[in-house]
Amino acid sequence: MSRLFTKDTQAIFWNNNRSAIQRMLDYDYTINRVTPSIAAIVAPTSSAKFEKFFYGNDEIMIPLYKSTPEAAQEHPNADVLLNFGSFRTAYDVVMEAIELEGQFKTIMVTAEGIPERRARTMNQTARDKGVTVIGPATVGGIAPGAFKIANIGGTIENIINSKLTRCGSCGLVTRSGGLFNEMSNIISINADGIAEGVAIGGDRFVGSVFIDNLLRMQSNPDVKYMILLGEVGGTEEYKVIEAVKSGKITKPIIAWCIGTIAKHFESGVQFGHAGASANAHRETAEAKNKAMSEAGFYVPDSFNDIPSIIKKVYDDLLSKGVIRQIVEPEIKEISKTRKARNFICTISDDRGEEATYCGIPISKVATPETGYSLGDVMSLLWFKRRYPKWAVEFIETVLKTVADHGPAVSGALNAKVTARAGKDVVSSLIAGLLTIGPRFGGAIDGAAKYFKYGHDNNLTPKEFLAYMKKQGIPIPGIGHRIKSVRNPDLRIVGLKKYVSEKFPSSPILNYALEVEKLTTSKKDNLILNVDGTIGVLMVDMWKELEYDDDEIATFIDAGALEH
Amino acid sequence: MAQRAIREYDGKALFSKHWVKYFGGFHYSFKSVLVSSGDELRQIAHKHGFEWLNQESLVAKPDMLFGKRGKNSLVLFKDNKPGDVSLEVAADWIDEKIAAPTVLLSGQNGTLTHFIVEPFTSHGEEQEYYISATTVGEDDVLYMSTEGGMEIEDGWEEKVTEVVIPINMQDANIDHLVRANAPADLPIDKKEAFISFAIDFFRFYRDLNFAYLEINPLVMLENNEMAILDLVARLDDTAGYLMEDAWGDIEYPTAFGMEDQSDEEKAISEADARSGASLKLTILNPMGRIWTMVAGGGASVVYADTIADLSQSISDLANYGEYSGGPTTGETKFYADTIFDLMTRFKDPKGRGKILIIGGAIANFTDVAKTFTGIIQSLEEYADKLKEVGVKIYVRRGGPNYKKGLKDIKAAADRLGLYMEAYGPQTHVTDIVRMSLENGE
Repeated sequence: MSRLFTKDTQAIFWNNNRSAIQRMLDYDYTINRVTPSIAAIVAPTSSAKFEKFFYGNDEIMIPLYKSTPEAAQEHPNADVLLNFGSFRTAYDVVMEAIELEGQFKTIMVTAEGIPERRARTMNQTARDKGVTVIGPATVGGIAPGAFKIANIGGTIENIINSKLTRCGSCGLVTRSGGLFNEMSNIISINADGIAEGVAIGGDRFVGSVFIDNLLRMQSNPDVKYMILLGEVGGTEEYKVIEAVKSGKITKPIIAWCIGTIAKHFESGVQFGHAGASANAHRETAEAKNKAMSEAGFYVPDSFNDIPSIIKKVYDDLLSKGVIRQIVEPEIKEISKTRKARNFICTISDDRGEEATYCGIPISKVATPETGYSLGDVMSLLWFKRRYPKWAVEFIETVLKTVADHGPAVSGALNAKVTARAGKDVVSSLIAGLLTIGPRFGGAIDGAAKYFKYGHDNNLTPKEFLAYMKKQGIPIPGIGHRIKSVRNPDLRIVGLKKYVSEKFPSSPILNYALEVEKLTTSKKDNLILNVDGTIGVLMVDMWKELEYDDDEIATFIDAGALEH
Repeated sequence: MAQRAIREYDGKALFSKHWVKYFGGFHYSFKSVLVSSGDELRQIAHKHGFEWLNQESLVAKPDMLFGKRGKNSLVLFKDNKPGDVSLEVAADWIDEKIAAPTVLLSGQNGTLTHFIVEPFTSHGEEQEYYISATTVGEDDVLYMSTEGGMEIEDGWEEKVTEVVIPINMQDANIDHLVRANAPADLPIDKKEAFISFAIDFFRFYRDLNFAYLEINPLVMLENNEMAILDLVARLDDTAGYLMEDAWGDIEYPTAFGMEDQSDEEKAISEADARSGASLKLTILNPMGRIWTMVAGGGASVVYADTIADLSQSISDLANYGEYSGGPTTGETKFYADTIFDLMTRFKDPKGRGKILIIGGAIANFTDVAKTFTGIIQSLEEYADKLKEVGVKIYVRRGGPNYKKGLKDIKAAADRLGLYMEAYGPQTHVTDIVRMSLENGE
């Protein structure tokens, strides 16, 4: 394995750590990955089957499983386990994952403070089975342009600034996770970024050590030189020195161990991580820096000189042609204002100081002196804007006119049955209301729909009748049991009068009345009834308020008029 | 933390508590008391079960984690001749030792506060053995020798047999390995017993999550009676949650000479214990000229390194510490208050201005602007005092919202008339140390 990760690498994420997962997916999107880097999430206590995340500005669902074996079975290609269990559970999670032979090649462990004996057991077991453990106590690793573990690199802005979006030429290994970001930043400023990077972790016993990572980077053709940032304590750096001396590592290494300060103080001051205390002289930062320098590593005089030494090594490799200039690839940007597609109420809003109707505080529309009538509020709530006075009064007129409408037999029966079952008024009413459907009248919507169709398609009243006959349905809004031309419905008379005085125009009503002439000529009571009148006038109102045909069709189809 | 030393007394108490389970074939009479004064010792002697304090001759020594007590003449085992120390003599000796500070050969100094008192075990040198276990690299190593005592470190290679035991080795194989590698010079009559004890010892060390365990000397008396004359132990405290019952309520004393923390260090360490964030402070030189307030563990180390490298004298560095893990505004302000208070108490003896490094690497999560809010509040409070000691402030930070953070803190400094330079990720993390020193010359 010369590369830790590729652009096809997929991981199973143990623990539903939403922010870390989202950061991975943001990275995936930014670098144009085809598949998300997370195949599945193990969330032992969740009963959900999926979890929603953003992928760019779209949303995707990532499956959730109760255990690692279940997730592994469904996702045999996911060969990385990102173990975000706590220091109490992380060990068991690793041991269980290693048991799944052939599944995981790499296991990353983030927990800090796993009992040392357990950490050693899991590290050794993994080594025996050929599984690479990154950590414990780490932020992970990254193969820029291919795959990024969890939070490494920090925010997406920092990742872009540090050129962690595409493959550079440096192999970076650090102990500290905090300084990893810092190093990738320095490398992006003074060289061309990194090809692969791992923070091995701050605990005393970690799975993969410097030498494991550097040997892999030696065989990774993208890596042209390496940087090792070690720490006081331990002897791992000496294994690297041995590998260089024996010729196993030939690429240039820039190296530094932090914690040189410790030499100035007798004992008792713990500088840095748990793993960072020298038990012998050769474990001091000073001794290791000296030994690495003597072995031909590029070792600066001070941490502060690392940038210049990186620049020197990079420029040298560039001039020798070992490294070529990188053409920066295009990266995709993520909108800063993306929103989840949940049900969003765009009408009323109870966030903030006072609840609002369409952005207007309720106190500004509620009382009579505000000048808002019931119709105004209805127009706000139903149609999301305040209608002009003529339209508002029309809505109120309609409301008053048809307040008695509705008790169709089936709905009334259900209300009665519920009442007889001993339920209260509200429950009974709800039982009835829930029965409301297409069999309830339907004349208002239907009239609005068909008369608008006839008018908009310039059908003559005669053609319209023929069209309706062809549809096989009686014309909605035409006909009344009692009322007729000679016995007019006074509600309609009132509506017509109001319209002629207040509506700027009423083409659909005029059209319907033309049709009525034809129908009443056949039978006296085939008048445009009150439902039909309301239906066509609503369309006239909307047309006057400059809604387009699609919007009006949406209102009608949604049953805005009747229900 | 990880590996933490415990008192000799507590180590022996652990042996005693688990003796039957691990060392069933041997006997151990746990006769030890831990006292802080002569009076305390006299009082315990009245208690039932501690009659031996009056009946036997005693050995007394400090139990405060440091070793080489014999070489420091801090082991009381003779009044006129070995094995004649009575309760009164021991009590008086303890009172004498706690009355004045003690300086060790290593240079560490402090006041003795804890003593372990035990019966004097009369034995011959040939009954003394050495045994210890610890972790080397990834493996455990068991060390055994037929020569116990203070001089074990001289000629270690010749005297001590090492057995390397891999972490995942099965019990049966461990037994076999120890047996096969036991010291060659074990006397015939003690050989079986010693090997059997060594195997028990290793399991005890392993199962109880010791990081280091040493008995020196171990005295093998007649009838499988064992005497643990001296003991050093460190526990892996990360295993504490697994060992609640096995360890009981164990104490981790601070190293001798280190217990005299300043009030400010104590206050920060108490705040650290209460908080989910990490707050650490060690005062290295209260008169120091360069003070640091650094976010993050790794960054705090490299700042200290760089100051040591670039300043003329290590005594310039006043403190070491970190604040990280998302402290609240209140916690950050408290931390800043503490540092600003400390650094404004003295003027530089050479009349130079002081330097304040507000440093940090590129944060992963921490909202930089938010944490700077606490520092700004503290700057407002201490502005006049900071000016009095001629403070120049250098800021460097990256991470979420760092631009706003840097803008805010610079604006605050300008408003307050404080000298400040503020830098982001384009400036190398420790380069403000160089700038501050070059500017301060």
